[in-house]
Amino acid sequence: MTEEKTHHPEPSYLVDTGKYKGLMAWLTSTDHKRIGLMYMYAIMVFFSVGVILGVLMRMELYWPGQQIYGPQAYNGIFTIHGIIMIFTVVIPGLAAVFGNFSLPLMIGAKDVAFPRLNLFSFYLYVLGAAIALASQFMGNGPPDTGWTFYAPYSIQTQTNVVAAVFGAFVLGFSSILTGLNFIVTMHRMRAPGMTFFKMPLFPWSLYATAWIQVLATPIVGITLLMIIAERWLRIGFFDPSLGGDPILYQHLFWIYSHPAVYIMILPAMGVITEIIPTFALRRIFGYKAIAISSLAIASVGYFVWAHHMYTSGMSTTARWVFSLLTFLVAVPSAIKVFNWVTTMYKGSISVKPPFLFALGFIFLFMIGGMTGLSLGALATNIHVHDTAYVVAHFHYIVFGGVGFAFFAAIYYWYPKMYGRMYNIKMANWSFVFLFTGFNLLYFPQFIIGMMGMPRRYFDYLPQFTFGHQLSFWGGILLVIGFVIMLITLFSKKGAKAPDNPWGGRTFEWNIPSPPPVENFDIMPELGVNEGPYDYK
Amino acid sequence: MHPETVHITPYRSHAWVLITLLTFTVITVTVTWIDLSALTVFIALLIASVKSFIVLTYFMHLKYESTLFRVFVFIVLFIYVLVILFTLADYAYR
Ligand code: HEM
Ligand SMILES: [Cu+2]
Repeated sequence: MTEEKTHHPEPSYLVDTGKYKGLMAWLTSTDHKRIGLMYMYAIMVFFSVGVILGVLMRMELYWPGQQIYGPQAYNGIFTIHGIIMIFTVVIPGLAAVFGNFSLPLMIGAKDVAFPRLNLFSFYLYVLGAAIALASQFMGNGPPDTGWTFYAPYSIQTQTNVVAAVFGAFVLGFSSILTGLNFIVTMHRMRAPGMTFFKMPLFPWSLYATAWIQVLATPIVGITLLMIIAERWLRIGFFDPSLGGDPILYQHLFWIYSHPAVYIMILPAMGVITEIIPTFALRRIFGYKAIAISSLAIASVGYFVWAHHMYTSGMSTTARWVFSLLTFLVAVPSAIKVFNWVTTMYKGSISVKPPFLFALGFIFLFMIGGMTGLSLGALATNIHVHDTAYVVAHFHYIVFGGVGFAFFAAIYYWYPKMYGRMYNIKMANWSFVFLFTGFNLLYFPQFIIGMMGMPRRYFDYLPQFTFGHQLSFWGGILLVIGFVIMLITLFSKKGAKAPDNPWGGRTFEWNIPSPPPVENFDIMPELGVNEGPYDYK
Repeated sequence: MHPETVHITPYRSHAWVLITLLTFTVITVTVTWIDLSALTVFIALLIASVKSFIVLTYFMHLKYESTLFRVFVFIVLFIYVLVILFTLADYAYR
């Protein structure tokens, strides 16, 4: 590449050039970069609300018995906490924010394939989230079913389940349309010379994710509508007293919601796969294995859903078959971990904030994955199902994994997004607090879970007190870390960022920071012997 | 990028598709009056499958598109069938 950069007269995408100015210019923009940022702001807001709800739960659990509010309020809080965190934070999460912001840049496209549909997805997202939140304030009080809406309770409870379920339904549509958009984008808009097997690995992970979004989400959509139909029209799908089968609900729910955990984690793995070669200055080890393992996770991941149902009363045969399949899906996940570690081996590593968070991801994801396996084993699962052990497992993966990858991605692409740097020292401090806080919050949950602390309980026996109190203080450290991060990123303007602050090799680092509206004024190309990660 | 080959479906085949779909709708409604006991749901699903096949082939242009799309649809159906089989297997063995 030549050193001489012609400096672009074109304005950056952050400057309003269209018909509108200010907020309206953002709300009507079909620019993938702006839509990505709007998702990011929305997700940060929902995340903050979810965190506050989480802290409220930890406060109530500080001592056994009632502290600040009663059991019904507790049920309502863990339900909306789960709905917000799952449906509006981690499921759209990385795909909506960085899929939008970075994907077209990384494959050398000017935008996604359907920019207007993209904006429409964003509005569906906002609408769905608003409906879900409205469930708190209308009807007979906040829903108290948990985010899983298990029948028959979700049919029988008097609380406002319909609004929450309908909100999740609308959010699902947003997810489907985003997935569709990304699939078409990757098939039709890759730069010349970029074959599928030369595509960077974050796009690859989004490709696998997008297929899950398109194929699995409709199933939960229908299932949620069935709940509404059953509540309003008394059609007996799930409630035995109406002639339905509650286990059918669990099947339908997890047919979506297990693959949904891959909607969350695959893009996170993709981000880590971008960050590690950049900061180790090494070409990624086992490119094809990583690309294909994404697809393998996506496809095998369809057939493990019933590991959530071992104690539901389904058939014994189904239980061991699903246990076996669950063990299979761990293999492609492990392949990725080996490849990341091998990539770092003998690299020239510079420990910058994105890399720190990537390391944090690997550590926490390993703990989450290993405990997932112990949960996937039929025999152990029976003992720890519906205990705090499960809570610890999925928080290690969803927060320790997806959450930390999200933070890593923000620290990685922030200079590209805003054309500004942030304070590296502050960013490192945010990592220290988030990481220690996280482990202090969730590790004790493994232990009290094994001791028998049930999940979703308002009260507990005295022997669990110490564990809950550690968790509370961990939560406080975590919040401090999150606040430090927000201050680092958004409080004041940092120094101007160069086009390529980290020495990355993918296309987005060859264009100005922040990128111009049309991304590339010369179409980027990959030569026959070039790959996405040509370090050495 | 290579130029797109555009296929324009003549009105006549659209009309035929419409008539076929309407006919099948009438059949769907009619069979509900006949008592087929266990086969009722099966027949309804069968008719619905034929209808969606026609919609996919003509209205959604699968007939004229590249093989890639057909492969996609095939994989999707395959996963779908497997998912249903797994679920039903639980019932069979319970
Ligand atoms: C090595 C891979 C994994 C295995 C073997 C595994 C296994 C399991 C099992 C068996 C359960 C059910 C526990 C029970 O309720 O008794 C479970 C729960 C859960 N897992 Fe995983 N898991 C894995 C990875 C993931 C990933 C990648 C995510 C998300 C990104 C995730 C999110 C969850 C969630 C949210 C729950 C709790 C669902 C609920 O509310 O009941 N897991 N996992
Ligand atoms: Cu699962």
